[in-house]
This record gives sequence, C-alpha cells and structure tokens, in this order.
Amino acid sequence: MAEWIIVYGIIPFAKIAVIVLVLSGAVAYMTLLERKVIAHIQVRLGPMRVGWHGLLQPIADGLKFILKEDIVPARADKLLFTLAPAISLVPAFVVFAVIPFGPPGMMEDLLRWVLSPFLDAAAVESIATHSAASGGFVTDINIALLFVLSISSVGILGIILGGWASNSKYPLLGALRSSAQMISYEVALGFSVIGVLLVTQSLSLVQIVENQREAEVWYIFYQPLAFILFFICGMAETNRLPFDLPEAETELVGGFHTEYSGFRFSLFFIAEYAAMVTVSAVAVTLFLGGWLRPFPNVEWLSFLDLIPPLLWFVIKVFLLLYVFIWIRGTLPRYRFDQLMGYGWKLFLPLALANVIVTAGVVLALM
Amino acid sequence: MLGSYIPILIFILVAITLPVVGLLVGRLLRPHLPTADKLMPYECGVDPVDDARGRFSVRFYIIAILFVIFDVETIFLFPWAVIYDKLALFGFIEMVIFLGILIVGYFYVWKKGALEWA
Repeated sequence: MAEWIIVYGIIPFAKIAVIVLVLSGAVAYMTLLERKVIAHIQVRLGPMRVGWHGLLQPIADGLKFILKEDIVPARADKLLFTLAPAISLVPAFVVFAVIPFGPPGMMEDLLRWVLSPFLDAAAVESIATHSAASGGFVTDINIALLFVLSISSVGILGIILGGWASNSKYPLLGALRSSAQMISYEVALGFSVIGVLLVTQSLSLVQIVENQREAEVWYIFYQPLAFILFFICGMAETNRLPFDLPEAETELVGGFHTEYSGFRFSLFFIAEYAAMVTVSAVAVTLFLGGWLRPFPNVEWLSFLDLIPPLLWFVIKVFLLLYVFIWIRGTLPRYRFDQLMGYGWKLFLPLALANVIVTAGVVLALM
Repeated sequence: MLGSYIPILIFILVAITLPVVGLLVGRLLRPHLPTADKLMPYECGVDPVDDARGRFSVRFYIIAILFVIFDVETIFLFPWAVIYDKLALFGFIEMVIFLGILIVGYFYVWKKGALEWA
C-alpha cells in the first residue's frame, strides 16, 4: 500500500511540481524571447534596461502584475469574471500530465538515489523499476491524445466566460470571434491527428513515440501534410498571429481581456503561452519523434545519443516555439472572413483528404 | 489501470492552487482604490452606450452547429483509426461510406452559403 502511494501519489507530485515550475519559468522567458526576437526582426533592440540585455525583464513584469490594482468593472458578473482566467489557465497546465518528456525508465537511477536513504533495498528496486514511476512523464494513459484534445478545449470556456462576464462590448466581440475561430480550427486539427493514428494505431503518447522508434522514422515523413495542418491549426487555436483576430489590438483594443488587469490578466497571458508550449510539445510527440534523436535509424549519427533524450525533446519544442515567434514577426494578420474561409474551405477538406488517402495507403501496405 | 489517472487529479489540484494563491497573495500587496470612472466598462473614452450583451451575428450560431456535427464525426473516427489494422478492408469501406455522407453534407452546407462570412 505504501508503495502504491509512492508510485501514484508522491513521485507524480514531485514530477508535477518540477513541470509546473519549469513551465512557469519557460512561459515567463518566452515573453522575453518573443520581445527580443521580434525586436531584432524589426531592427530594434527590445528590452535592455532590466538586467543584462533585459534578462530580468520577466521577473520585473511578474512583480508588476502582482502589485497592480485588480479592477472588476462595476457591471461585470463578479463570480464568472473571477473564475474565467482560472478556467483558462488550469487546462493549459493539466495537459502536461500526459505529455512524455523522456523515455520509459528514464528516471530509474534518480529514483534509486533519492529513495535509498528512506526505504529498504527491495522496496527501492520495485519502485524504481515500476513503469508508472520511472518514466519521463507524469502518467501514461491509453487515451492520452483524446485527453489532450478534450482538456485543451476547456480553455475556450474561460475565454467565452471572460468576454461575457466583463459586460463590455469589445470583450464580448473578442470572445465571440475567439470561440468561433477556435472551434472552426479544432475540426481540422482533429482530422489531421487521425492520419497519425492510422499509422501508429495507438492513442497513448508514450506508445506513439515508441512506435516511431520501432519504425525508425519520425512520423513527419509519413504525414507531412498532417504536420503542416496541425501546426497551422495549432497557431489558430492559440490565437497567435497571423490568426490573432480575437485580440486584434487595432480593431478590438484587447479582445476578450480588455477589462482585465493585474494578476487576472497575467493568468490569461500565461494560459496563452502555455497553450503554445502544449501545441509545440504535442506536435513534437506526434510528428517529430518526441525524445528521439534525429534519424533514429542512421547508424553513423549515433554520436547524437550523447545528448540525453530529455534535452532532444526540449530542443525540438524550443525550435517550434521559435517558429511561432518567427511567423508572428513575419506575417500580417488575416481578415476574419479569410480566417473562417481557410479553416472551413481549405484546411478541413485537406485534412479529410489526408485521412482517406492515408487509410488507403495503410490498407494497401497491410 | 485506474491508478494512472490519480496523477492527473493531483495535477488539476496543483493547477487550481496556482491562481488561487496568486490572487490571495496579490490581495495583500496590491492597492484597492476603486472610483466610479475606473469601474466603467471601456469604450474608447466615451460613456458606455446601452448594454453590451446585445444581438450578434447569426453566423456564430451556424458555425457552432457545424462544429458539433464535424467534431462528433472526428470523435467517431478516433476509435476507428486505433483498430484500423484489425478492420482492414471492411473498415476502409465503412469509413468511405461514413465520410461520403459527411462530404455530401459538407458540400450542401458550402453551396447553401453557410461557410461564407461576408
């Protein structure tokens, strides 16, 4: 019984604490990275004052968010106004419960080292080799991909509620646009994922990466179209440029969070950036081989194994996040009718065609 | 098997404590000086003109209905895709019929102009 609590309670809790801390830090420094990269794209310097090349800027921003007055508009629905940012933030974090950062058995030695002062050798060994405890993930469930899609959709509720509860015109318009955009692109996103499922025949994210290791190829080479569709739809889902119409500053002021200030505003902000990390992490897991090194089948590249799997995962996620920022610095914003048109008339048929063609090819190769 | 869902529950609890703790700590530190003007809904500097929750375009409803149809469709395809190697040809034909009905509906919706936004 004690062992069960350690395997399913204490060790996951430790992993969750690390993930939440790292993710918060990553989100904070994403904002700095974004400002810096966009500044240099536009031949500016970006933040330079707080710390060396603005390195302490995220900390200053965080302090300011906590110290700013928290304004609740007089006509707002107070309960929903308070709940909305939390509803938006919680799903963005919870998705990381099923994302595999490293291979199964990655933490065996670490667990042995940490647990040996507290337990006898037999118990330590049985916990350290337990598949649920030693993997480089919080938990491995057999419906992980479904879990990611369903939990991340809950975030939309936070945005709708935030816009509606403000009882102000710009937030309501922003929230409506945002929800229409997110549900439109979610359809194409769902279809693009099915292509990968047809190839790998599993919903467990750990299993999907393991299958890529056994197939000795990343699924992006089997499903290039699905990857492009997934990434574009992911950009639309996270309300990023060129799909940032919900917050289009020049026409809607700030979109659904116009009335939010201080810490509550920062919760929406963190949720948006955490969602970007989620999209990148899921894309890496499904298409770019998760923790696997590039070209897992090429023998003479085996020196790349010197970089540990966890680091490969982080590097790939970082590269995709950089692409997010790069695209923001490069492309102008779409019009809303163009946005809906692309979602329903271009990406959806393409994703559908991809599913049918993939099914046909898989059948022919069976 | 159910044990692997316990970490998710823990994660949800941890994620909920974050905003709660943040807001409570902030309450001790931040100023609270409301005035009538400050609490007014933002409308580019003018006093708000009637209620914000008025009518909005019917297209948002149409999109929502279309979303429900297509998203249920994707959910049906998930289990199908996972056991595709066992279904083989039977599964492929079934899916083509299933998606065929969907595609006919899709083109009907397109021709009816439900996907036009202007």
